[in-house]
Amino acid sequence: MTTAPTTNPAAAGTPAPTPGLLPLPARAARIITAAGALATAASTSMSWTWSSEFPGDLTYYGSPAGLQLITLTGALLTLAFALAGLGIRGLTALTPGGRNAPALFAALGTFAATWFTLAAIAVQLGGLVNLEPGGFLAGITALITLVGALGLPADHTPGTPPHGPWQRFTNSCAAVPTPRPAKQLPAWAEILLIAVAFGIALYAFTYGIDAEDGAPFVGYLLFVALAIAAVHRAGLINRLTALTHRHRGIALAAAFISAAAFPFTQDTDEYTIIGANILIFATVALGLNVVVGLAGLLDLGYVAFLGVGAYAAALVSGSPESPLGVQFPFWAALLTGAAAALVFGVLIGAPTLRLRGDYLAIVTLGFGEIFRIAMLNLNGTTGPDVTNGAMGIPNIPNLEIAGFNFGETHTVLGVPIATYGNYYLLMIFVTAFVVLVFRRAAASRIGRAWIAIREDETAAVAMGINSFRLRLLAFALGAALAGLAGTVHAHVVTTVTPEQFQFAGPQPPNSAFLLAAVILGGMGTLSGPLVGAALLFLIPAKLDFLQDYQLFLFGLALVLLMRYRPEGLIPDRRKQLEFHETGQLDVPDVPEQRLSDDTTGATKAGA
Amino acid sequence: MTTPTTVTKSNGAVLEAAGVTMRFGGLTAVRAVDLTVAPGEIVGLIGPNGAGKTTFFNCLTGLYTPTEGTVSYKGTRLSHKPHLVTQTGVARTFQNIRLFANMTVLENVLVGRHTRTKEGLWSALLRGPGFKKAERGSEARAMELLEFTGLAAKRDHLARNLPYGEQRKLEIARALASEPGLLLLDEPTAGMNPQETRATQNLVLAIRDQGTAVLVIEHDMRFIFNLCDRVAVLVQGEKLIEGTAEVVQADERVIAAYLGTPFEGAPGDEEAAEVDAAEAHATAPRSAAPQPADAAPTEPAADGTASGTSAAPGTSAPPGTNSAPGTSTAPDENAPNGDAR
Repeated sequence: MTTAPTTNPAAAGTPAPTPGLLPLPARAARIITAAGALATAASTSMSWTWSSEFPGDLTYYGSPAGLQLITLTGALLTLAFALAGLGIRGLTALTPGGRNAPALFAALGTFAATWFTLAAIAVQLGGLVNLEPGGFLAGITALITLVGALGLPADHTPGTPPHGPWQRFTNSCAAVPTPRPAKQLPAWAEILLIAVAFGIALYAFTYGIDAEDGAPFVGYLLFVALAIAAVHRAGLINRLTALTHRHRGIALAAAFISAAAFPFTQDTDEYTIIGANILIFATVALGLNVVVGLAGLLDLGYVAFLGVGAYAAALVSGSPESPLGVQFPFWAALLTGAAAALVFGVLIGAPTLRLRGDYLAIVTLGFGEIFRIAMLNLNGTTGPDVTNGAMGIPNIPNLEIAGFNFGETHTVLGVPIATYGNYYLLMIFVTAFVVLVFRRAAASRIGRAWIAIREDETAAVAMGINSFRLRLLAFALGAALAGLAGTVHAHVVTTVTPEQFQFAGPQPPNSAFLLAAVILGGMGTLSGPLVGAALLFLIPAKLDFLQDYQLFLFGLALVLLMRYRPEGLIPDRRKQLEFHETGQLDVPDVPEQRLSDDTTGATKAGA
Repeated sequence: MTTPTTVTKSNGAVLEAAGVTMRFGGLTAVRAVDLTVAPGEIVGLIGPNGAGKTTFFNCLTGLYTPTEGTVSYKGTRLSHKPHLVTQTGVARTFQNIRLFANMTVLENVLVGRHTRTKEGLWSALLRGPGFKKAERGSEARAMELLEFTGLAAKRDHLARNLPYGEQRKLEIARALASEPGLLLLDEPTAGMNPQETRATQNLVLAIRDQGTAVLVIEHDMRFIFNLCDRVAVLVQGEKLIEGTAEVVQADERVIAAYLGTPFEGAPGDEEAAEVDAAEAHATAPRSAAPQPADAAPTEPAADGTASGTSAAPGTSAPPGTNSAPGTSTAPDENAPNGDAR
């Protein structure tokens, strides 16, 4: 059973491959791609420019740096895929999905990153004269690689026969619908693979967050997007997902460890604050996912719950401006924040959750604004003095848990971890807790009832589900989780003002961005909002130089995403089927296996 | 309160609806309908479209609050909250299938178990032994039901991807998951072919044999009369008659309600004759004169009684109709009348 099906796709894959964009013989195209990739890799060890003014200092011979590293990675990836396409033993395991589309995407990514770098050098330093021979060589070899890759035949022709060059190009980008089944590996090897994958993910994330604003980050983004497409087309992401499903606990632990390892890769606090903020944002997005993704309640004022948690924590933090003048220990502050948000959630939910759909969305939008304006007005002149109005509650002291002061730098394992690193590590635990709550709630009687309400409320009620109570429960749980994140948020920002909790704005923690993070990542999934939140926080933080165009580009990206991938980056299995009707993806393993058994049976009978 | 214990009070009926009336503004959709369902009984509810059958169902299950009248289940008054009705022991299916389309087959049935399990959010978060036991129990029961309805092999498919007939079955399995004492089926065979209808019939009988009473709305008369111990006919919101299949089948009012109006009394006959003549008139010129018989073969036999009426079209029929080798005498008699005018 394990051996027979592996021969099947190979046999099915051979007849008449559709040519790629350029009419090259397949073998020649593969050799050109491989040789070009090798040459590109070599070119990164040469100097690309004479001046060290360009970020990353690309002037050295023999040691690739900055954006050269991206080109090098891309070239090696392309080389690996191209060699796998040539049938080199041991490398074919890299491409269970398809052999040619991955090479094409990797080549595209390398080409884009390289030419972007060269263009950035030329523009930033004023002219092509600033390029050294190494730079020209890199550009030419990357182009050759791309030409070779464009000549690769398509892995799979999805229905339509190729008409014109564009059709041929999209064909060669298409993924194989059913990847080759995996060879059974020993458990330790699978676990090792998971660890390596998370290691790579951590490295890629760290590289991105450390990349200097401007050109290097854009180059990084370009490359990462195309490289992920390549790896996905190769079927490696599917395989990794299967592995993580098989070793769930280990995968979660690996994710936790690699996330916790991030501050140890940082020398300063410059980027750990971004990390801490990403975690806060992601945690709130995950809380929102309970409300929007599971129960299907569109909440446009969700950031108010983050605000309630933050204000509650600020009031009991011992800040000199707090009218309460008390200082709770952290665990009590955490509970206060969550409880306050919970109460607020129930108070808002009880009257509004009798509404459905659009009406609910409008009412929650209104309540979100009411919260912000109420906080503005509780300033002593237009209302009782509680929140200090627009000035906010400043000087929130750093946390101290069991003598561990978060404001000081501690040296752990020889690495100094400063304030934001400490908060980052604290947030890791909060996020892990929220992840646990989300997972367990979703896979239970309550979670099923939420999804049932989302799918068809009338039918859910007819099945004995108390719709109002469960909706309120979802609302309250989501609010409490956001409140939890809010307490840490208060200490990270040190000043809590009403303006941090708007409906929409250019900076991430606001209702519109939260909703966007959930939808971008994938509604109803666990990792979707985490990925979506990380992207939505990191990209605006790193692309500051775009200024006014940021929101425009953000909107454009959302529109494109909804057009081409409405189920989000990490789709819920259900959603994926909902939006792509024709895909027969849902047919679970059992019938597929039966099918392959039948075919092998038939071939045996034929033989 | 939730589990009815006062069985003694009732006369053993599973469902007792008394004087159920439902008004929407000026429209009375259901008027003073009484209906009882005894344990182990299959009762059919038939009637023309728009007779108020589904509205009556909605009154029973709490989706509507009846304007007047009471509904009790095993002696306890049913609540007007649908989820409490289900908890008490009345489950239903829908006329237009309402599955949770993007949940798997198994999950759909598990949702049906909602009222029979108690594990709340805390239990789900803490994952104690009680939670795991309840989840296992629910899943085992759901799988039993899937075996029972023949869907076990498709447990991991999305409900939306099942063929139509299996979606109907899944809806029944989901309703059964709430362990009802009474199952309400709203047109369970709508859109099914004869084999599927027969399979559904067997399924309903098997459900009855397990001790669940069934109340079923249906348009397929053969299905209803094969299946039901008793049939009630609802016409324009009122119960016309209730009885065994034979009694209902023989009742003239039922036939009238389904097939159209009366065959006794002059005015009706006159109209019928008028229509016949007009039809004959309209078709005769179009079809060639030699075979005007084509115009008449569908003339109902009832016309045979309509002899010697004076009603006739104002215009004269062409002479050709006279020679029609008629299916009945009525057209022949009508035509000369027309000529006479």
